[in-house]
Amino acid sequence: MAKKSTVLQYTRVKPITNVWISILFIFLALLCLMPALLVLIVSFSSEASVRTIGYSYFPREFSAASYIYLARQSNYIGRAFLNSIGVTIVGTFLGLLTTSTMGYALSRPNYRLRKFFTWFIFIPMLFSGGLVASYMINAQILGLKDTYWALILPICCSSFYCIIMRTFFQTTVPDAIIESAKIDGARQIRIFLQIVLPISLPAIATIGLFLTFAYWNDWMMAKYYISGNKHNLFPLQYVLISLEENISFLTRNQDMMTAGTASQVPSETIRMAMVVISVVPIACSYPFFQKYFVSGLTIGAVKG
Amino acid sequence: MVQAGEKSARVRRRKAGSNGSSFDNLEIFLLHLPTTIWYLIFCYAPMFGVVIAFKNYRPRPGKSFLWALINNSKWVGFDNFQFLFKSSYFETMMKTTVFYNIVFIILGIVIPVTLAILFNELYSKRLAKTCQTMMFLPHFLSWVVISYFVYAFLATDQGLVNNMARKLGLAVEKNHNWYTDVNFWMYFLVFLNVWKGMGYNMVVYMASISGIDAELYEAALIDGATKSQQVRYITLPLLRPVISIMFIMAVGNIFRSDFGLFYQATRNSGALVSVTQTIDVYVYKALLERSDVNLSSAAAFLQSVVGCLTIVGANLVVKRIDPESGLF
Repeated sequence: MAKKSTVLQYTRVKPITNVWISILFIFLALLCLMPALLVLIVSFSSEASVRTIGYSYFPREFSAASYIYLARQSNYIGRAFLNSIGVTIVGTFLGLLTTSTMGYALSRPNYRLRKFFTWFIFIPMLFSGGLVASYMINAQILGLKDTYWALILPICCSSFYCIIMRTFFQTTVPDAIIESAKIDGARQIRIFLQIVLPISLPAIATIGLFLTFAYWNDWMMAKYYISGNKHNLFPLQYVLISLEENISFLTRNQDMMTAGTASQVPSETIRMAMVVISVVPIACSYPFFQKYFVSGLTIGAVKG
Repeated sequence: MVQAGEKSARVRRRKAGSNGSSFDNLEIFLLHLPTTIWYLIFCYAPMFGVVIAFKNYRPRPGKSFLWALINNSKWVGFDNFQFLFKSSYFETMMKTTVFYNIVFIILGIVIPVTLAILFNELYSKRLAKTCQTMMFLPHFLSWVVISYFVYAFLATDQGLVNNMARKLGLAVEKNHNWYTDVNFWMYFLVFLNVWKGMGYNMVVYMASISGIDAELYEAALIDGATKSQQVRYITLPLLRPVISIMFIMAVGNIFRSDFGLFYQATRNSGALVSVTQTIDVYVYKALLERSDVNLSSAAAFLQSVVGCLTIVGANLVVKRIDPESGLF
């Protein structure tokens, strides 16, 4: 918008209209933010306050009891947190590997199979085997059920990301660089790793972020492929899904561990605290990465 | 200058020579071989898996899925589909899926386009940036997290809405159970969907608007065009390609639904089945809760095939209206 010339100042809306538009957007922004704020405040409310006045923006008393409680359960919550981190890192790495190599291949004008593979990745966008066939293959033939791979492999690549990569390589990596490297005798793998990837960091960052957030937020794979009793495989999102059971699981555990000592489990605020724990990494990081998402969207909107 | 020209011509000639190098092709092929294998396993193999829909799948303990599919399951033609069509859910789930998708498609284009146009008119860029960041938040939250946000408001005992109603002494039922209120969820599902996608979709259109040549608006201004005329005759026509791509994609997904929205955000409430049972929810429940492979595979097959036909059809229609706007 900086490039708009001064003439355009005269095309601005009237000040009063600007006020109305501002109010509209402030309202919408608050609409998006307030629910998150409520959950945050509830997670820091005392259990007694929640029991008397319910979930409220203005609790009677603040308390970090639920977090202290969760910290004590670190073997369970900590495990889920580490699972989520591990799955996210490995998944993002594999996702970048698969999408960038395919994107690179499709961006090379001289590649003889380019047309074939463009269709090869495009067809799955139109037609898919559906949940039943995928489930049967992943669970029964590949044996992914109740493994970490079930959380990673089925969603690591996507045609949409491949196309974004391809478009990016096409527009920002000059053909001349690759040709001159070839003349110098470099192999494609070396060209890709040492020349193309380093100058394509913005694209890598964009797709990497898409993947990171997708993996961190994914709960479908766990719901499909992880059995309810395999607690050590649960990612955070799945812990949230089965929270009702898990709170009773935690309480039972607690009773076993601290048998005899009467312990109050802040079960009302615990769930909100766990929601906060899973949201904080995202909520704190996305404003800084926003520009990458916007640029990814812009490239993605260019038609394939 | 001349030298440089000669050099580039030579490079070009040599480039032409390396065009057909089969070695080069092989290297590139090997580079994306892992991705190709991934596609074969996770995208193409399930496509052949759709044959389950035409079989009476009977697993046998101790035997593999493939063995059971080939040796133990008879071909039954369209029996699974006939059974599905006759079942009492079928009509409801088709109606639910298509009805919501039509509403989502219309609102998913009208609201973000309107917001994007208004957004560009904001005087204060700092305010714009802040609002945009805040509106982006729901996009980054999973439906699981959002289901807890909703729960904080709608829970029967502790929920904020019921508490406010109690405090203000509103005439509504004191402990209204929102999770069984079909009429409320019918609209609330639409609201949730718009709420989650609003910021993200707005950005898609904003990016296109900021790409529009400023001189067009200058010219319009000199011709005395009002703001609304500028929007109508410059912004909207130039947004048409993006809008039609988003439209085609959405129409192609008309038999798909956001499983998270309909299953997770509603906490899988049994009382809400009449508004939440979309095809995806049905397939999930049939497969993983009732282990009814036959019916769920028939529904999933229908979803894939009809979905594929609608996206190709939508593309054809859009292309006929405006040859520039097709997706492929």
